[in-house]
Amino acid sequence: MPSATIRTKMPEQDPKERIHNFNEVALGYSKEDALKEAERCLRCKKPACVKGCPVGVDIRDFIALVAEGKFVEAARKIKEKNNLPAVCGRVCPQEEQCEAKCILGIKQEPVAIGRLERFVADYARNMEETKRVVTGDKGKVAVVGSGPAGLTVAADLAKKGYQVTIFEAFHKPGGVLTYGIPEFRLPKEIVQDEVDKIKRLGVEIKLNHVIGKIKGIDQLFAEGYDAVFVGTGAGLPRFLGIEGENLNGVYSANEFLTRVNLMKAYKFPEFKTPVYVGKKVAVVGAGNVAMDAARTALRLGAEESIIVYRRGREEMPAREEEIEHAREEGVVFKLLNNPVRIIGNDEGFVTGMECIKMELGEPDDSGRRRPISVEGSEWRLDVDTVIIAIGQSPNPILLNDTPDIETSKWGTIVAEDQTGRTSKEGVFAGGDVVTGAATVIEAMGAGKRAAQAIDEYIQKKVM
Amino acid sequence: MYKILKKEVLAPEITRFKVAAPEIAASAEPGHFIIVRVDEKAERIPLTIADYDKKEGTITIIVQAVGFSSRQICNLETGDSFLDLVGPLGKHISTEGYKKVICVAGGLGAAPLYPKAKSLAENGAEIITILGARTGELLILEEEFSALSKELYITTDDGSRGRKGFVTDALRDLLEEDSDIDLVIAIGPMVMMKFVSELTKPYGVKTMVSLNSLMVDGTGMCGGCRVTVGGETKFACVDGPAFDGHLVDFDEQLRRQRFYARYEEEAKVHGHAGGEYQCHLQQ
Repeated sequence: MPSATIRTKMPEQDPKERIHNFNEVALGYSKEDALKEAERCLRCKKPACVKGCPVGVDIRDFIALVAEGKFVEAARKIKEKNNLPAVCGRVCPQEEQCEAKCILGIKQEPVAIGRLERFVADYARNMEETKRVVTGDKGKVAVVGSGPAGLTVAADLAKKGYQVTIFEAFHKPGGVLTYGIPEFRLPKEIVQDEVDKIKRLGVEIKLNHVIGKIKGIDQLFAEGYDAVFVGTGAGLPRFLGIEGENLNGVYSANEFLTRVNLMKAYKFPEFKTPVYVGKKVAVVGAGNVAMDAARTALRLGAEESIIVYRRGREEMPAREEEIEHAREEGVVFKLLNNPVRIIGNDEGFVTGMECIKMELGEPDDSGRRRPISVEGSEWRLDVDTVIIAIGQSPNPILLNDTPDIETSKWGTIVAEDQTGRTSKEGVFAGGDVVTGAATVIEAMGAGKRAAQAIDEYIQKKVM
Repeated sequence: MYKILKKEVLAPEITRFKVAAPEIAASAEPGHFIIVRVDEKAERIPLTIADYDKKEGTITIIVQAVGFSSRQICNLETGDSFLDLVGPLGKHISTEGYKKVICVAGGLGAAPLYPKAKSLAENGAEIITILGARTGELLILEEEFSALSKELYITTDDGSRGRKGFVTDALRDLLEEDSDIDLVIAIGPMVMMKFVSELTKPYGVKTMVSLNSLMVDGTGMCGGCRVTVGGETKFACVDGPAFDGHLVDFDEQLRRQRFYARYEEEAKVHGHAGGEYQCHLQQ
């Protein structure tokens, strides 16, 4: 019988301490914690949780193995479906997915599936060597982008017997896991480890390759690839289009986070890329990226870090956990406020931001209540840094070079949901480049479906 | 790893490298740049491709040692390698259909200007070149430009070589004399490009400049290289780096270039390796 109505807590670094370091905030379950939490699972005959998982992890079965203390076996069970468990255990919005479907959640707290996934992935991390797979001969597949979608496609196809090459634009693989999500939420060592495991499956990763510049998709076909998967993500930052946005001290969240995460500016001057962060930082937006930027700013020494968001608490798109962590660390929320212009001094540096108060009207297309400005309510927020975190669009480099891939008016690739098939023969796509900025696990789900479809496509062609 | 096949010192602190990069050379065109990283802790440094040889599979870059990162690059020797080299990046420029072009280089700006001038000449344009520098010993690529130019003028701030004064002095005379110039390309320090663009505007001569904005990734991802062109925000890395000089907001660019200057000062004061906080598309 379930032994507790509330889930086992996961230890965390004290907020007062953690805002002075970049170490991981959540510390993970101990064996005892994991055993205790696994005991709570009801072992449903028809596990609803699995339906909530975009990659269909056999959640019930892996938790049963945890309860028996078979942690390595549990990790293996997850890995049958999920190539990046240590990542997903950390950054998946489980509360909207598997845990939202957990039957236990109706009357009590749902099983902490994400924390258990994280525990077994970390436990098994150094226990098991992924067997080096001899590169298969079923065909050659090129994968553009080494983020969650690309890594998933590559791993699945390598396991099916294909020779897979990933082309990555940056000098490090991982895509948003590497440049976007901060160390304190997803240690880069873990990302590197997951990537290394995928390389041991026989996948080759070519870094510093911007497809669309060094070579195009047609050239990849000419080089003998049977299919191409495009998983280039949503890397183009959006700006507000207001006065003063090009002042010194205004960043896109992409730039700010890339300097810190990819280039390790938080270790300046040991690492040579600097990042400027002032005393008072405003972050515009309220998604996970905004929380990451606001919390990063505190760790870099900002005295105040303020989220400015035009809607209300209910409408904030960030995960509850991220909002809570930000609040604990002292991030201030100025909700129902919209920036009107950014103010600078004679040298071109930011000195403030003019905001206007907002109120919520009727629901808009997104189902959220539309924010409306309150006339005459402009006020000035004194800040010296402004970080714009209002979303990203797909990077157009590859798409400009490949006009025969159909795109939407938002610049995303038009691809079939179940297969990732695009308008161009042999080209599949998935992840943020198709959906616009979404979650790691959704990108992985799209990667899984595309891997299946690519396999079928190549086999049909061969026959 | 990208091996350095040849290193030459062109002037005090200015070094030319020929690097093995066959795939990049194969796709390179005038106006493209690359980004290099020397080692695991290094900055990503953008550098214009100063020449390329598709047959040989090489690209040439020219670097001036002015801060930590550029000095680190200049300290590399023949046989050493860059850890990372990515490119070709940026939008290449069209060099066809011009009859008479004035190429204006300020200092290291001669390096990014060279492949454009070469391509223009190959496509039948008559080239007039003005090479300017602070002092004579900082002039580079004089021979290369002389080989492809019908006329070559030299100006130095201190008068140690050629005409004493700025490139704009020589350019003004040429514009006064000659009314059939169909393009001026000016590459050099931001302030020089600003003055050249201001000078050519009343003459109605099309003017192209190439910006050396701050950037991280070079693929449109960070937006650090924002520039206002004709009232619109553009990214120098993907929409440029070459732009119509008459539309660029140079004052904004001059301010943006100073963004990290105070870090450089701080780094100097503290005596540690501070890094160079300005990208090196041209200088």
